[in-house]
Amino acid sequence: MMYRIVAKKPLAHKETLFEVEAPEIAAKARPGQFLIVIPKEGGERVPLTICDYDARKGTVSFAFHEVGKSTKEMGTFEEGECLSNVTGPLGNPSEIKNFGRVLCVGGSIMIAPLLLQAKALKDAGNHVTTVLGCRSKEFLFMEDEAKARSDVVYVASDDGTVGEKGIAFLNELLRKERFDHCVVMGPVVMMKTVSEITKPFEIPTIVTLTPIMIDGMGMCGVCRVTVGGKMLFGCVDGPEFDGHQTNFDELIKRQRTMLPEERLSSILYGADGGCKCGRQ
Amino acid sequence: MEGNEPEMKNPRAKGGDEDVEMPRQTPKERVKNFSEVALGYDEEMAIREAKRCLQCKNPQCRKGCPVDVPIPEFIDCILKGKYDEGIAVIKTKNSLPAVCGRVCPQENQCQMRCVKGKKGDPVNIGRLERFLADWEREHGGKIPEKAPPTGRKVAVIGAGPAGLTAASDLVRLGHEVTLFEALHVGGGVLSYGIPEFRLPKKIVQNEIGYVQKLGVDLRLGNLIGRIHTIPELLEQGYDAIFIGSGAGLPQWTGCPGENLGGIYSANEFLIRVNLMKAYNFPEQDTPIRIGKHVVVIGGGNVAMDCARISMRLGAKVCLNYRRSRNELPARREEIENAEEEGLMCNFLNAPVEFFGDDKGWVRSMKCANMELTEPDATGRQACKVIPDSEFDMDTDTVIVAIGQTPNPIIQRTTEGLVTDPRRGIIIVDPEGRTNLKGVFAGGDVATGAATVISAMGAGKRAAKAMHEYLMDEGPRGDSSSNGN
Repeated sequence: MMYRIVAKKPLAHKETLFEVEAPEIAAKARPGQFLIVIPKEGGERVPLTICDYDARKGTVSFAFHEVGKSTKEMGTFEEGECLSNVTGPLGNPSEIKNFGRVLCVGGSIMIAPLLLQAKALKDAGNHVTTVLGCRSKEFLFMEDEAKARSDVVYVASDDGTVGEKGIAFLNELLRKERFDHCVVMGPVVMMKTVSEITKPFEIPTIVTLTPIMIDGMGMCGVCRVTVGGKMLFGCVDGPEFDGHQTNFDELIKRQRTMLPEERLSSILYGADGGCKCGRQ
Repeated sequence: MEGNEPEMKNPRAKGGDEDVEMPRQTPKERVKNFSEVALGYDEEMAIREAKRCLQCKNPQCRKGCPVDVPIPEFIDCILKGKYDEGIAVIKTKNSLPAVCGRVCPQENQCQMRCVKGKKGDPVNIGRLERFLADWEREHGGKIPEKAPPTGRKVAVIGAGPAGLTAASDLVRLGHEVTLFEALHVGGGVLSYGIPEFRLPKKIVQNEIGYVQKLGVDLRLGNLIGRIHTIPELLEQGYDAIFIGSGAGLPQWTGCPGENLGGIYSANEFLIRVNLMKAYNFPEQDTPIRIGKHVVVIGGGNVAMDCARISMRLGAKVCLNYRRSRNELPARREEIENAEEEGLMCNFLNAPVEFFGDDKGWVRSMKCANMELTEPDATGRQACKVIPDSEFDMDTDTVIVAIGQTPNPIIQRTTEGLVTDPRRGIIIVDPEGRTNLKGVFAGGDVATGAATVISAMGAGKRAAKAMHEYLMDEGPRGDSSSNGN
């Protein structure tokens, strides 16, 4: 099996989208599911959320942020080159139905898969309001796609260089407008904040958790999360969970358990030599 | 014990002689590396050991083998120096001899029944099997003849011991076999579970290569239940399906604090180290973090593997088992190996709670002492907590190795498939038939976690039943049956 990259699309600074040949996956993929990508033989199994699929072309797309060795290495791949392995679709598909008025909130790289869901929700008859969150103006991407796939689009940045400053404006928005359903995909801290904002308004809030994973099919349990006081696996029970029931603080700690090793790997890969602008 | 005493054919072999030791790395040496511990017989040793076989007319050893290997016959081939014939004899029944020669619990199977074992050491059948398999790998093997094509298509799910066995038996019977493996590497537990120093991965890959050379189409990275469901495979034209998806779902203690950093399921620990080769980090990309004081909870072979890996990664390791030494379910040989390498065992205690530091990494655990109850009618002793016996242990890495249950994905996505919801297993008859027509299952997914060879035996029995099913079904309407 050849997982050939048919399109490589830079999204922002260190954010890239790959469209990869994988006909069987393309035929089965649904919004909300993810892939495990092994860039090179001997490499890590990297979990990445599906952000598009085309059964007719036989391709599936995912976006990644160059942050560790594996994603930096993946960034060096060019169109026409092949990834070592792509496994999927994994995890449960999102619930797509007519909820009424839906709020979709996306942050950083997860904006790409969020827009797939926004489109599916709009196609299902929902009124879709999309919020694009980014650190700063130069990290904003896919704004046009967001507009095409939603009824209303807001932009928010951490530093206020584009759109609203911070995500707190959501409080205001929720006071003014009614929403029946909320979908959040982004950094854990953002998902936590948004869940806290929607809770008093009693808006059912679905978050896509991205814990550390290895196999992605229920074997290793490193992706375990606590939701509603129960231990669940991000890969087979998720990746979507009730944001009002999720123990985000535990997840944040668990995401950091291999940080020193990830840094070492990244440094040895030579990341410190070049441009420092993309460093976290 | 029995009326028909085995007849002695070989006058050189009398009871009571000593068996031939297999060279091993010394504990001091091996605890610093991941190379294989047991080094195998050379030719002279193999022949010397083969001479000890009595060539019984009614061989008991063969009855102890779950896959019915003609043991005296292959040993006779060793005696005659006809190694290529010897391996061919084994491979009539067993497609994975290099694996079985290394990881089978022979002491409870073929060797337990060896007549020589009554007075002294049984013949080391496993070591002889390994010798032939290794000889073949070095000298190149032959691919056996296959039955003419039957025109039937079979899907086998899971390239572990059960699936590899079923696939190779079915392909040799003339069926077209597609073997779906969820991971990016074949072998199942042989690749992700058993460590390199017990079963080198190049040997596993070589065995898988043999199964592929037989004509099995291996598809990696295909998680059945997601990419195709069982009903979809039947719709796609597969005439029969064998599910050998194993027992890959880890079990937990349920104690508070179990989600702290530094607490691994045995599966996570083994997958990182064996499948992703984290012992070579950072040359390999997947890391493993191990502290100085590792506690392994459990007492089976998986627990021993985790303990022995931890020692090789430089940690002091303590095994906490809730029963006593006599009840340890691990193979005796593995316990001895582990203790030689420095394992400390801490019997009759169970975890109560785990405590972490401010970064969420485990720093200590609370345990309670246990006692065994009086044996019940079946002779089994339960264990219970001794009240007010709690004590604390410092630790910075905990590995939970208290068992695995089957992965639920296929069960959840196959409507109507009868399972045991409590144990998560698929219900099958002794030949591996599920309640669904044309769907068979075997190995850990149908029994719960067991041994490599019992899974192979299940794969073999199911393959036989599947063959009968496929041939009873009559010619397929839409495909040419050019074989018969």
